Amino acid sequence: MAAPSAVLSMSKIIKPFWGGRLQHAAKVFGPSVTSYREKSSHTPPPAKYGGRHTVTLIPGDGIGPELLNHVREVFRFSCVPVDFEVVHVNSALDTLDDINNAITAIRRNGVALKGNIETNHTMPPSVKSRNNLLRTSLDLYANVMHCQSLPGVQTRHKNIDIMIIRENTEGEYSSLEHESVSGVVESLKIITRNNSLRIADYAFRLARDKGRRRVTAVHKANIMKLGDGLFLQCCKEVAAGYPDITFDSMIVDNTTMQLVSKPEQFDVMVMPNLYGNVVSNVCAGLVGGPGLVPGANYGRDYAVFETATRNTGKSIADRNIANPTAMLLASCMMLDHLKLYDYASLIRNAVLTTMNETRLHTADIGGQGTTLEVVQSVMRIIQSKGQLTAEL
Amino acid sequence: MTARSICSLSRALKAVWSDRLALSAAARVHGAASCNQRHKSTYTSIPPPARYGGRHTVTLIPGDGIGPELANHVRELFRFCCVPVDFEVANVDSSLASEDDINNAIMAIRRNGVALKGNIETNHNLPPSYKSRNNLLRTTLDLYANVMHCQSLPGVRTRHKNIDILIIRENTEGEYSSLEHENVPGVVECLKIITRPKSLRIADYAFRTARERGRRRVTAVHKANIMKLADGLFLECCKEVASGYPEIAFDSMIVDNTTMQLVSRPQQFDVMVMPNLYGNVVSNVCAGLVGGPGLVPGANYGEDYALFETGTRNTGKSIANRNIANPTAMLLASCLLLDHLKLHAYASMIRRAIISTVTEARLHTADLGGQGSTSEVVQSIMKAIQSTGPMTLSI
Repeated sequence: MAAPSAVLSMSKIIKPFWGGRLQHAAKVFGPSVTSYREKSSHTPPPAKYGGRHTVTLIPGDGIGPELLNHVREVFRFSCVPVDFEVVHVNSALDTLDDINNAITAIRRNGVALKGNIETNHTMPPSVKSRNNLLRTSLDLYANVMHCQSLPGVQTRHKNIDIMIIRENTEGEYSSLEHESVSGVVESLKIITRNNSLRIADYAFRLARDKGRRRVTAVHKANIMKLGDGLFLQCCKEVAAGYPDITFDSMIVDNTTMQLVSKPEQFDVMVMPNLYGNVVSNVCAGLVGGPGLVPGANYGRDYAVFETATRNTGKSIADRNIANPTAMLLASCMMLDHLKLYDYASLIRNAVLTTMNETRLHTADIGGQGTTLEVVQSVMRIIQSKGQLTAEL
Repeated sequence: MTARSICSLSRALKAVWSDRLALSAAARVHGAASCNQRHKSTYTSIPPPARYGGRHTVTLIPGDGIGPELANHVRELFRFCCVPVDFEVANVDSSLASEDDINNAIMAIRRNGVALKGNIETNHNLPPSYKSRNNLLRTTLDLYANVMHCQSLPGVRTRHKNIDILIIRENTEGEYSSLEHENVPGVVECLKIITRPKSLRIADYAFRTARERGRRRVTAVHKANIMKLADGLFLECCKEVASGYPEIAFDSMIVDNTTMQLVSRPQQFDVMVMPNLYGNVVSNVCAGLVGGPGLVPGANYGEDYALFETGTRNTGKSIANRNIANPTAMLLASCLLLDHLKLHAYASMIRRAIISTVTEARLHTADLGGQGSTSEVVQSIMKAIQSTGPMTLSI
C-alpha cells in the first residue's frame, strides 16, 4: 500500500513534534499522500543476501512441525529464494528464553511463519501464552483473515467473501488479571484510543486498497459503553476520512446470528480482540473449517503468518491427515509480503487447483486424501507449469 | 423438587454457614440425595404466592419495538384459552434518564414473583451513567441463570438438522458488570468479574438441570488459555461441581473452537454452561442455526424470581407495528411461564398448537421466508386450540 510507507516516513519526521500520536498524522495525511513504491502491503524486510530472503520459522506444536516441513519442501521444489531460520519454542518450559530467542530472530528478519504454540492450562497463571507474548512484544496490531468460499469445497453457505480485521494486542487479551479478594477475579479489558484509531485506520486503508465497499464495526457498546463505545467512536472518526467506503456497526450477538443465516451480507469487518476471535472462527467454520483459511498478523515493522484459527491440532499430529492448505496459503501470503508475487501466485494456483479436484480433500473436508498426497499434487501442478523446479 | 428442598435446606443452613457457601455447598452435598414429596415440577424455583382465587398475577413489561404488540397477542391468547393468569402491566420508558420506571417494574416483579417482558431498548447516545435497563433488572433481581433451549423445529427449513442444545448462561456477572473507567484519557478499562460463589452456583444449576432433564453431557465454554485466572476459576468451579454428578459427562471447550464446531457440527453439543459474554454469542449462534430470533424463547431464573422473554432479546425496532413479527418466541416464552406456574395442562396445549402452526409453511412469517402475518399466525394457533376441545372463548 502506498499510503502507509509515506505516512511512516512522514510520521518519523513529525514524531519529535507530536510525540507518539502517529494516528493523527495518519488521519491528516492518509488519503492524500502518494508514493512511488511498488504496490505492496509494507516495506520488505532488509534481510536479503544475494537475492535470497531469510524468514524465521517457528514450528510450534501439534501439526505445526509437519505442515511447516511441507512448506519447506514446496519452497525448495519451486526454487523460491527464501531461507528459513528455524527457532524452536518449547511450550513445556516456563522460562521465557525460547520465546525471546524467537522474538529476536523475528526482529532480525522482519518476517516469520509459525505454527501454533500450545498453552498448557495446568501451568500457573504466570506462564503467559507464548503466542500472545509474540504478538504483543512485536506489536503485531492487525490480524487479517480473508474468508472466501472455495469452489471445490462443499459448504452449507455459498458466496462468502469476508475480510476480518481484528485488533491483536489489547482488548480482552491484556492478560491483566488479579484476585484482590479470594474467590473474586477481576479481568481487565483495555481499550485505548490510540490502538483503536490505528486498527480502524488499517481496516479502512485495506478496504480501500482492495476495492471494498463496506466496513462493519462489531461491538457490544450497549453494555460496555465506555470500552466498546470508545472503539466505535474511533471507527466513526476514521470513517469520516474515507467517504467512498460505507461504514456501519453491528452488535456482536446479532452479528454472529446473521453470520450463520446470511453471511453474504458482510464485506469487511473490524473489531476488538475477543469478538475477532469468535467471529473469525465462525467464518472459518462457514467456509469449510480450520484447515482452509490462512491468517496474517501485521505490525508496523514485522509480519507473522500462520493459520487463521491458530489450532494446534494435537489430536491429528503426525498422522498425515492434517490439511496443509491453510499453511500453504499462509506461506503464499508471506511471499506476497516479500514481493515475490510470481512464486506466490504459482503456489496459490496449485493449491487451489488441487482443492478443486474433489478426491484430494483431506479428512476435515470430507475426503480421504493424506497430507502427503495433497502436497505432492501441489508440486506436480507446479512442475507442469513449466517453470524451473527441483526434481520431484 | 430438588431445587425447592435445596432452597429450604440452604435457608436453614444459611445461619450456620456464610452466605457465599450456603447455596453451593448445600446443593453439592444434598443435591444428589434429597427428594421431595411435592408434585412433579420443573427445575425452577417455588411458584410465587401471588394467587388469589386460583388466579395468578404476572408482571408484564411490554418494552420497545415489537414487544408491545407481541405482549398483546399473548394476552389475547391467554384470555381466549381462559388461562387463570392476570397481567399487571409495568411500562418502562427507555428514553427517560430517571430510574423510577425500572424500579417500579422491579417492585412489581418482587411482588408477583414472575414476569414476562419484551426487550427494553438501550439508547447508545445517552451518557454511560445510564445503565441498560434489561441488565439492571437481571442484576437487581439476581436472575443468575439464563436458560435457552435450542431445538430444531419440524416445519422450519434450516441448514442444520437435529439440533437440541440447552444453553445455560451466567446472567449477572462476567463482562456485563458495567464497571468501566477511564483513568487516563484515551485508555478505558472494563472489568470482567468472575467470582467463585457465582460460578459454583451457575455450574450447579447447569448440572441439576441436566440431571432433571435426563441429559448426558455438560460442556463448559471458556477462554482459559488467555484469561487464566478468570475463566480458569470458572472452569475449576465447573470441574468441582461435575465431580458431584458422576453420571453426567463433563468436558470443556474454548469459545473459538466452540463457535466453529457449532457452525459445522452442532449435533455434538448437549448442555453448555458458560459466563455471560460467551453465552450471549453462543446463544445467538444457536438461535441462528435453528431458524432465527423469532423462534427461540428464553428464561431467566433466580432464587426467588423468574423472568421470561425471547431468547435473543431483540427489540425489533425496524419491524415494529407492521404485523410481520414472528410471535412464536414470545408465545413459547409464555408457555415456559405457565410451566413455571405449574399450569402444565395449559402450557402443553398452547405449545402443541404453536408447533402445529409452525409446521405449516404457508403460515411462516417473513423471517422464516414466508408471507404470513403475525395476526394470521395467532389466529391459527387459537383455531388449533379450539379444535382440541377444552373450554375457550369465542374467536
